[in-house]
Amino acid sequence: MSHNFELPNSFKKWTWGLIVAGLLAVLYGFIVMHPFSHPTTGHGHGDDSTRFWASLLQNSIYFLLVVNASMFFICITTLALGGWQTAMRRVPEAISSVVPIMGAVTFVILLAIVLGGRTDIYQWLEPSLYNKASPNFDKILNGKHGFLNPTFFLVWSGISIVLWAWLGGKMRSLSLKSDEAPMTLPEAKTWMDTNFTVASFYVVVFGLTVASTLPWFWLMSIDAHWYSTMYSWYTFASTFVSGMSLIAIFVIYLKNRGELEYVTEEHLHDLGKFMFAFSVFWAYLWFDQYMLIWYSNQPEETRYFIDRIGTAEKSGAYHGIFFFNLVVNFLAPLLLLMKKGSKRNWTMVTFVAVLIIFGHWIDFFQMIMPGTMRENAQLLPFEFGVPCLFIGLILWGVGNYFTKHSLVAKNHPFLKESMIHYT
Amino acid sequence: MSGIKKFVVGSFADEEILFPAVKNVRKAGYKIHDVYTPFPVHGLDHAMGLRETSIHTAGFIYGVTGTTTALTFISWVFTKDWPLNIGGKPHFALPAWIPITFELTVLFAAVGMVLTFCYLCQLSPFIKKHHFSPRATDDRFVMVIECTDKTNEGELQTFLQNAGAENVNVQVAETGWWIGRYDKEQVLYSQELGY
Repeated sequence: MSHNFELPNSFKKWTWGLIVAGLLAVLYGFIVMHPFSHPTTGHGHGDDSTRFWASLLQNSIYFLLVVNASMFFICITTLALGGWQTAMRRVPEAISSVVPIMGAVTFVILLAIVLGGRTDIYQWLEPSLYNKASPNFDKILNGKHGFLNPTFFLVWSGISIVLWAWLGGKMRSLSLKSDEAPMTLPEAKTWMDTNFTVASFYVVVFGLTVASTLPWFWLMSIDAHWYSTMYSWYTFASTFVSGMSLIAIFVIYLKNRGELEYVTEEHLHDLGKFMFAFSVFWAYLWFDQYMLIWYSNQPEETRYFIDRIGTAEKSGAYHGIFFFNLVVNFLAPLLLLMKKGSKRNWTMVTFVAVLIIFGHWIDFFQMIMPGTMRENAQLLPFEFGVPCLFIGLILWGVGNYFTKHSLVAKNHPFLKESMIHYT
Repeated sequence: MSGIKKFVVGSFADEEILFPAVKNVRKAGYKIHDVYTPFPVHGLDHAMGLRETSIHTAGFIYGVTGTTTALTFISWVFTKDWPLNIGGKPHFALPAWIPITFELTVLFAAVGMVLTFCYLCQLSPFIKKHHFSPRATDDRFVMVIECTDKTNEGELQTFLQNAGAENVNVQVAETGWWIGRYDKEQVLYSQELGY
């Protein structure tokens, strides 16, 4: 129960293999794509340097939000006084311990893009758009300038990442502190209260960042003229369902290694329910974002969808990916996880979890590429190599956490509730 | 399966006594007709050896029926029967129909499952069911055991009392008004592995 997990060699091999593969891909991009040159053809026509930054942006934001979803999961279950997840609580904790590193990497990439004045990624970086005398003057973007400017963008991104890392770290250290000695009832109550307070702060910060402003800044501002009130929820649903899938994968991995002795099919069933429910929620937002614009006759807002699906006359470059998205992220989880038996089947949950993580990675691809690369986006080894670096980073951080700390929060007041959990 | 039968009824004060009692009664080879509880007791179905319910499958079929009904009906109305020009949108305007399709899927699944549930539990308006113990709706867990021609009632009553029942009696009641209650099939204790 209290012994530390010994990382198997295969885990280490995969970790370093993926990191090296990812680094090679980034290095290749660094040498071949001239990331610090600027495209001569103007905003987003598929220059190689655009491709480099767009791919880094896609992967860093996606994987940062996915690992951050783990801490959100811990905080909402804490606030709901949930007990069932206690037996596997160290897994989301371990995943969320990657947030500081991933956040730093993302912030460096954002700094490079914004300070490098990469108008091919964020067209609102162009100063002449806000100059009334210039022919480039853009009334709409000028109206958004109070919000969409480099200073606010960078400061708010930095504050958000630091707050996630700090509050998340606080939650983790509280959890680890409970391992030292069994708590008496009053101690346990105070401990739960502290958890509750930190989790409340985290959830408020999460609501102000992931569930609202940051997707506007990081992703929606790529198509700066367009806006959707569904966008942040869409991003949140996308990353939360991937985060739950990632937790499920690690839980199943540890279970296969003979660890997490209190985790049973009942816990897997609940994880499966989360994956199922949030896939449906994602599909609801996927449809609504389109529906609201389509139904209310707003031609000026159709730009986003014309870039992706195309028009009746000419189908867009992302037509296939756009609908492929619906199949892997909605239809597949819906039909595969619908039965109780499949939510309790370790192989099936693993399969669907991998599918969901890949599906939402592709979803982020089609959120970022049309605005930056136009119809010249590519899915070549480079695009598949960059995520290896981030997955490797996750494996490295999670492996570290697993070896350093007990896999079961053995003095958690709700552990008993989790052990006898029955759905 | 329906008809007038004799039952031995035992009332238990607590679910912690009920669970081992259910186990022992099944182990002794008696046939549990049903257990009536004031609230849903988790794991009782498993302890009683009831097979997994098929109501999910029924719900899925009802849902798919709702989806097809909605899509075929709306598309027939708006493309064949009464095409209207709404905001210049195409007659076959799939996005506009999705909410209705969703609603009808839910409606069909929900209503269908409620009716199926009533059928499986043999509930219906105007049908009076026999109450083995009115306190099953308040604070008692009531186990009802069906007597066959081989059952020794006196022995069974003592058995239930030893198992922790507070109140034991014999009742004759009519059960079932519909044929084919497949949800009540019970696995014999000896057939169940790993218990």
